[in-house]
Amino acid sequence: MSAVLNDETKKVLTTPLVNDNPITLQVLGICSALAVTSQMSTSLIMALALTLVTAFSSAAISAIRNHIPGSIRIIVQMTIIASLVIVVDQILKAFAYEVSKQLSVFVGLIITNCIVMGRAEGYAMKNPPLESFMDGIGNGLGYSLILIIVAFFRETLGSGKLLGYEVFKLAKDGGWYDPNGLMLLPPSAFFIIGLIIWAVRQWKPNQVEKVEYKIMSIAHGDGGHH
Amino acid sequence: MLDKKMSCKRFESFCAALDKNEHYQKFKAYRDKVLALGNDSLEKTIAIAVSLCLVCAVLVSFAAVALKPLQVNNKELDMKRNILDVAGLLEEGTDINSAFAEQIEAKVVDLETGDYVENINANEYDQRKAAKDPAQSVAIPKEKDIAHIRIKAKYAKVFLVKEAGSIKSIILPVNGYGLWSTLYGFLSLDPDGQTVQSINFYDQAETPGLGGEVVNPNWRALWKGKKVYAETDQPSLEKGLITEADVGEPALSLIKGVVDNTKPGSQYQVDGLAGATLTSTGVTNLVRYWMSNEGFALYLKKVRTAKRG
Repeated sequence: MSAVLNDETKKVLTTPLVNDNPITLQVLGICSALAVTSQMSTSLIMALALTLVTAFSSAAISAIRNHIPGSIRIIVQMTIIASLVIVVDQILKAFAYEVSKQLSVFVGLIITNCIVMGRAEGYAMKNPPLESFMDGIGNGLGYSLILIIVAFFRETLGSGKLLGYEVFKLAKDGGWYDPNGLMLLPPSAFFIIGLIIWAVRQWKPNQVEKVEYKIMSIAHGDGGHH
Repeated sequence: MLDKKMSCKRFESFCAALDKNEHYQKFKAYRDKVLALGNDSLEKTIAIAVSLCLVCAVLVSFAAVALKPLQVNNKELDMKRNILDVAGLLEEGTDINSAFAEQIEAKVVDLETGDYVENINANEYDQRKAAKDPAQSVAIPKEKDIAHIRIKAKYAKVFLVKEAGSIKSIILPVNGYGLWSTLYGFLSLDPDGQTVQSINFYDQAETPGLGGEVVNPNWRALWKGKKVYAETDQPSLEKGLITEADVGEPALSLIKGVVDNTKPGSQYQVDGLAGATLTSTGVTNLVRYWMSNEGFALYLKKVRTAKRG
């Protein structure tokens, strides 16, 4: 395997997992991370769909990168991304009908997912197709990782299940667990993602941004009211 | 030049013909000319935009057209599965298509008169599509629109389960607004047009785990045996339940908390969904709407009369 992958591909595949994670470091793609993570099954399909769209759109954009006129650059990227998203949506409707019903509009919203555009503009426009493809896969995996972690907490704590299977027996069915309704609502994903970002930055302090401004202390002796 | 060179080996004869075609030669010459232009020239910008749109359009249309039969099939199968499910005929390993064809009969009902419409092929009639077609639908006056659906189809598609010639269940399509979404479902009744057999929502986007629990089998089981219309001989004592509903009006509703089955009037009550007040209200409203004269009340009356007569 390692013989096939050169250093660059290895780098673009692995750094987005933790060191340059699109959600925790770049803070992109939060919208869908809030919307689809109340269940593990929808999160997995969303993660897969986004990974494929990012990979193929990056590869396609990279293949024609030398001929994309600067003035219509973003529209060209959007057209390619949107076409791929529609194709993915059609495929889901044909082969995974149940899941496509649950994901409803969110698959279509991959078009506006900042990660896809971010990789197209930030990487694929400057790098060859294979590396861009791998970069798309890597970033998709980074996104997937966070989605899976968030969905794990939201589904188990919110409905006592994981992938639809019972984990905690609910009080209303005669068990002991009283589910946390907040976990089923989008704001809970904010809290979980916040905690993940905090944990990652504790572990890797170099991810902490430089302070852009200092909060003034108001507690010095000669300040205040006279 | 493009990175990908057309591999012509497998289509040699085709490529040979293509090479002779003067239009193709012109196209090739033009392509090379455009690709050699500066990226910011107007001509190249337009040429790239047009060709990109063409390629993407072909890709998207190809996917849409090629996958259409599968998608239509999925949709139909899903609908049939839901109808069999609400009729209590769905078991593990049931062949949906044959079970549906054998046991379920589709009928089109004129909501205004409650009569069957015989000149429409019921199997091909699509009520949801009809509701969107101005010629086949009517606007609902605002004061009557308790289900917040604004427009309904003139004709509804109902399903009958028959056993030995007599009706075993009546399956009625219902829809109404919950918290986030319009809920679409089926309500199945006993032939008395009064006792609920089951309810099933096949299309909804309520909050998963809260309002989305309308699909929970445990909750749906609570509906069995409930009564839709207030019955004259045993008026309910529950206040707030029957005050506005005159005798004979739809009385079924979702209440907050758990129904006490020993209390009078509990036959009209179903447990509300915990943490989903608006979805519960929506479900109450949509059931009341579709069971009223605006919906299936006339039709159900006729079914009862036909049975007696």
